[in-house]
Amino acid sequence: MSAPPPPAPPPAQPPAQPVAHQTSQPGSAGAEGRDLPGKRVRLAVDRPMRLDSGVEIGGFQIAYQTYGTLNADRSNAILVCHALTGDHFVVERHPVTGKPGWWEMLVGPGKPVDTDRYFVICSNVLGGCLGSTGPKDADPATGRPYGLSFPVVTIGDMVRAQKLLIDHLGIDRLFCVVGGSMGGMQVLQWAVAYPETVFAAVPIATAARHSAQNIAFHEVGRQAIMADPNWRGGNYLLEGTRPEAGLAVARMAAHITYLSETALHRKFGRNLQDRKAVTYGFDADFQVESYLRYQGAAFVERFDANSYLYITRAMDYFDLAADAGGSLANAFRPGGRTTPVRFCLASFSSDWLFPTAESRAIVHALNAVAANVSFVEIETDKGHDAFLLDEPEFHQVIHGFLEGCAEHRGLSPRRRAR
Amino acid sequence: MVDIRDDLKLIAEMVAPDSRVLDVGCGDGALLDHLTHAKNVDGRGIELSMDGVRRCVAQGLSVIQGDAETDLKDYPADAFDYVILGQTLQAMRQPREVLEMMCRIGRRAIVSVPNFGYWRVRMQLMVTGRMPVTEKLGYQWWETPNIHFCTLRDFVVLTEEMGITIEQTRIIDRAGRVTSRAHSGFANLLGEQGVFLLRRG
Repeated sequence: MSAPPPPAPPPAQPPAQPVAHQTSQPGSAGAEGRDLPGKRVRLAVDRPMRLDSGVEIGGFQIAYQTYGTLNADRSNAILVCHALTGDHFVVERHPVTGKPGWWEMLVGPGKPVDTDRYFVICSNVLGGCLGSTGPKDADPATGRPYGLSFPVVTIGDMVRAQKLLIDHLGIDRLFCVVGGSMGGMQVLQWAVAYPETVFAAVPIATAARHSAQNIAFHEVGRQAIMADPNWRGGNYLLEGTRPEAGLAVARMAAHITYLSETALHRKFGRNLQDRKAVTYGFDADFQVESYLRYQGAAFVERFDANSYLYITRAMDYFDLAADAGGSLANAFRPGGRTTPVRFCLASFSSDWLFPTAESRAIVHALNAVAANVSFVEIETDKGHDAFLLDEPEFHQVIHGFLEGCAEHRGLSPRRRAR
Repeated sequence: MVDIRDDLKLIAEMVAPDSRVLDVGCGDGALLDHLTHAKNVDGRGIELSMDGVRRCVAQGLSVIQGDAETDLKDYPADAFDYVILGQTLQAMRQPREVLEMMCRIGRRAIVSVPNFGYWRVRMQLMVTGRMPVTEKLGYQWWETPNIHFCTLRDFVVLTEEMGITIEQTRIIDRAGRVTSRAHSGFANLLGEQGVFLLRRG
């Protein structure tokens, strides 16, 4: 979701930072992330992939990164699934923003998801804008950017594409799939769609379906984008405009949902931004306004507005129970048998976007089929974003769960402690 | 191996190797960890305290944060070979319902209960005229989580009423020694706690 906010109140205007690659720059539509680091592969070339919408898509590109080494029997692979505005640059300097990788807290050498021990894979989702095929890329049929002619994708479609990637990498079974928020939805989808391919699943700060409130917030964001005259019915790339204002507002609204009221108050209170008194105008008088404007402005540098529409839609459509005849428990009972996947769920006490009750509903469904599940709610006031932040108790839980699973899976013990 | 509580040792002895076990109120996971390594059980736990859950999961145990009285109903019948409740029945709001759910979702249930009929407890009440506070039940009346005390005889009567069969009984004294393998009036006087292996019907 959002990167950890800067410790000091940010400036009213985003600092002029070098932008290595403008993802939504007119004319770059066909670039397909060729100038970005990382690996990429064309999938479904011989046989197109059927999307949930019924549309078939073939020869699409998936950009991904891997960290660590795949062991000889290919049993140590962990797939990391990124959130709505995340990408595959998990533990390295981001090529566009220059910021640290989004999950360096959890993933890396000696970290709970230990890259000295596991082979970590993360791919940009289908429909994304950092190298995987999405609405800003050229439609092979016309040679012009897809825009809104890009097919609507679902969480299921994203996971289908990831499965093709895993097949391409020659991995029969993932040791673990882990992700937070929309990444957690993908984790759940993996466990339900490919139970035999997943040994362990770690859905974090997520839900088995997007709630009405969450859909409502997404709709606000989408409407902000579509109300921007520069959006041009989704054809902004062809027309040489950028719906920056709309996308920034979408990000600002969404960003509020990633934080708790306590965290916002602690960080900003009613503090004024670089001034001693209110100005009786509509400048960013308050630090919190300045902060949100900064978040919005920074976001448009790295994200494509149409991708934002598509990916939020994918989350809205997610409903595991609906896909299993209305019963979430049924989703975890493939072929009438209890899912073999070992689950570990974590939620955060101040997360009101994906509250603990959502995780608990999943736990109840897993209990109903007597599945192997661990669940812990982490006490924190950092809101939904807590899964990206320094939460030692959360990290202990993930570490312990993976260690236990590694023992069951027969993976060699952790190498010498670092 | 970590040393575990006396009643937990007796509970562990009642569990057959390679079975499926649910430990209700598993605390820091001492029993589950012991069963996992000593008996190769497929163990799960439910624990109310966040801290306990975190410590359990961090050591690789499958434990969920939850309340036995609301969460046990989710499990299907016969989901486990054993459902264990160690010294917490007296802290339940609805002990009878909990016992019933345990015997539904487990083929066997194992329960350890502190004995309010223990002679020291009886003596304290008789001599001082105040609610007993013992080493193992070290709470004042106004702070105790133990809201449904029973004697061993009370417990046995309840199982009879519920149609639950007691397959094994272990009565232990203050030092953790087994003083009796059957329930009796004597056991109800001399035993500090009882451990029972139960099955429905």
